[in-house]
Amino acid sequence: MTANGATISNGPACPIPISEYPRILLAHGGGGKLSQQLIQKMFVPQFKNESLGLLHDGAVLRVEGDRIAFTTDSYVINPIFFPGGNIGELAINGTVNDLAMCGAIPRYLSVGFIIEEGFAMENLWRLVHSMQEAATYAGVVLVTGDTKVVDKGKGDQIFINTSGIGVIEKGVDIDPRRAAAGDAIIVSGNIAQHGIAIMSVREGLEFETTIKSDTAALNSLVHRMMATYRDIHVLRDPTRGGLASSLNEIADSAHVGIRISEENIPIAEDVKGACEIMGFDPLYVANEGKLIAFLPATKANEMLSVMKSHPQGKESQIIGEVVADHPGLVVMKTKIGGSRVVDMMSGEQLPRIC
Amino acid sequence: MRYVDEFRSRGAARHYADIIRQLTTRPWTIMEVCGGQTHTIVKTGIEELLPKEISLVHGPGCPVCVTPLEIIDKAIAIASRDDVIFTSFGDMVRVPGSSKDLLSVKASGGDLRIVYSPLDAVKIARQNPSKRVVFFAVGFETTAPANAMAVYQAKKLGLQNFSILCSHVLVPPAMEALLSSESNRVQAFLAPGHVCTVMGFEEYIPLAKKYRVPIVVTGFEPVDILQGIAMAVKQLEEGRAEVENEYTRSVRREGNVPAQQLIREIFEITNRKWRGIGEIPVSGLGIREEYAEFDAEKIFNVQNISADESKVCIAGVILRGLKKPHECPAFGTDCSPEHPLGAPMVSSEGACAAYYQYRRFSPELKEVREL
Repeated sequence: MTANGATISNGPACPIPISEYPRILLAHGGGGKLSQQLIQKMFVPQFKNESLGLLHDGAVLRVEGDRIAFTTDSYVINPIFFPGGNIGELAINGTVNDLAMCGAIPRYLSVGFIIEEGFAMENLWRLVHSMQEAATYAGVVLVTGDTKVVDKGKGDQIFINTSGIGVIEKGVDIDPRRAAAGDAIIVSGNIAQHGIAIMSVREGLEFETTIKSDTAALNSLVHRMMATYRDIHVLRDPTRGGLASSLNEIADSAHVGIRISEENIPIAEDVKGACEIMGFDPLYVANEGKLIAFLPATKANEMLSVMKSHPQGKESQIIGEVVADHPGLVVMKTKIGGSRVVDMMSGEQLPRIC
Repeated sequence: MRYVDEFRSRGAARHYADIIRQLTTRPWTIMEVCGGQTHTIVKTGIEELLPKEISLVHGPGCPVCVTPLEIIDKAIAIASRDDVIFTSFGDMVRVPGSSKDLLSVKASGGDLRIVYSPLDAVKIARQNPSKRVVFFAVGFETTAPANAMAVYQAKKLGLQNFSILCSHVLVPPAMEALLSSESNRVQAFLAPGHVCTVMGFEEYIPLAKKYRVPIVVTGFEPVDILQGIAMAVKQLEEGRAEVENEYTRSVRREGNVPAQQLIREIFEITNRKWRGIGEIPVSGLGIREEYAEFDAEKIFNVQNISADESKVCIAGVILRGLKKPHECPAFGTDCSPEHPLGAPMVSSEGACAAYYQYRRFSPELKEVREL
């Protein structure tokens, strides 16, 4: 006890806030409900401060009158080389995208490598080369870094962490809480590419064509979008947990309802087929080069045509709208004309029996 | 996607919905047996297209849901051993046992691997001769041929480190158990298309006759299900009780004969416990004595593990079609996919999980809309 009678919060006096799981499960990092629970019950209450708690892709900080976006992400993907990309390129694009989703112009990145003893130097060189290429494309510079090597068996080949800083221009106010009834929702292209590309390699499934990851930097597309209409309400890149989880997070943050139409959600035929075979719902499969944008419906068609003219947005579609009804819920009109709730992903998607 | 898009088209769905509306003159209760069908119905919102006289109840055909608690506990006991690689279909690993699930075994250091086919488990056994590889062989007649093939192959390869933990169940005895119960309210069945792809549909003919109940072998796409309902309603309205086949692109009357032979080679019919329902006579498949060396239950000596169901969970009542998931007091409160009390909340094919995920918006569930 302290002098004023408060209990110092370490030791057994402070209960663990997530009592039903004595151990971390993979799903705690899967981007679904358990991840959200970990963040909301454990991290946010402990670390709480003015900039945290937005549940944004990055923090927005004020530095001497200017606004700066700051974000970090770790990459632990297996396999490290996959159709359409590799862990290095992903680590650059992912952090660039997190900054872009705050409406920032990405500028500086840091890189931390955790490498397993015995990792082939040639592979490291390939990754480093590919990271520099991705950075050049995105217009960011890698300004600081760190390398650690762990014992063989204590890491899965290589883990990469990148953090990034970007600058937010005046008049830009991207915030998940700004989703408002009357907004249209646009997705920038075919969903579920990345997750399916990775799963296909892991499961050794072969299709007529090789499904490639969509990993790409989106800052140039965002730049073009901002130039068209600066007051975009929300941007989000639906990575882990897929489109469904991102839409749920936004509906939750803004206390609005979201309605989407199954028919309008763009999915490539080969990805659709792979999802059928593996028993996955493409709405929950990860993307690494797509964004969703919320903006007033009156501006949606103009924005759509701008996005379609950009290489990263060719398959863009308006997929739905924000409504005042059913706050917090995402409801989808199904192809046959029924409707259903699209929930947050719960746990990891698991292959079904039959 | 060809052969899929046609069966998800709005036009075709409306066509059959119109037919159902024209045919229906009074209330009918139809049960879809298979969890895959339940999933489609709830996920695509088929009930919104039906006249209010047609009531769908969700049957016991989710293999994950009916696997008894004690088998899960046995799986956990085996998977926790240091010398074992435990392999399973994905959705079994999250089903709660008495105290934990298989995923927690993995988090505690157990070697648990999700496979797409039991033959992958055989491959793992060949690659890991110093480990004992166990496959969790659950499911209906649909998965039985592949599981039988795994044992057959393992025997042929002389593998001494491969076995299966078997909890196979059969559809017709479960339907008979429902029909013979006094509380039965099912007037027609949509029979499971994949089970019938393997077994054919001749064994359903005596059931239709004895209990005067129409049975329509039905596929899994929304248009399949609407067509199946239309065929069932037509029979009901005309006073017929026959076995008909909607899923002709997959099901033949005699089924897949070589697959049936393989099942008979490895398995024999046995009594089987169903989670939430209890023991149903001659309703399962067990490993024949000649293949006992592949029976994980015997090898690891876990026959004596037994377990009691949650007192709150009404899975049995739901699996028998007597109540809908949202009528359970624990639905969405104490029981959710993150914290399931019973198996129907775990499997993506389980009726409770399907209602939780997809139906919280619908007016009939308005009391749980606030979740």
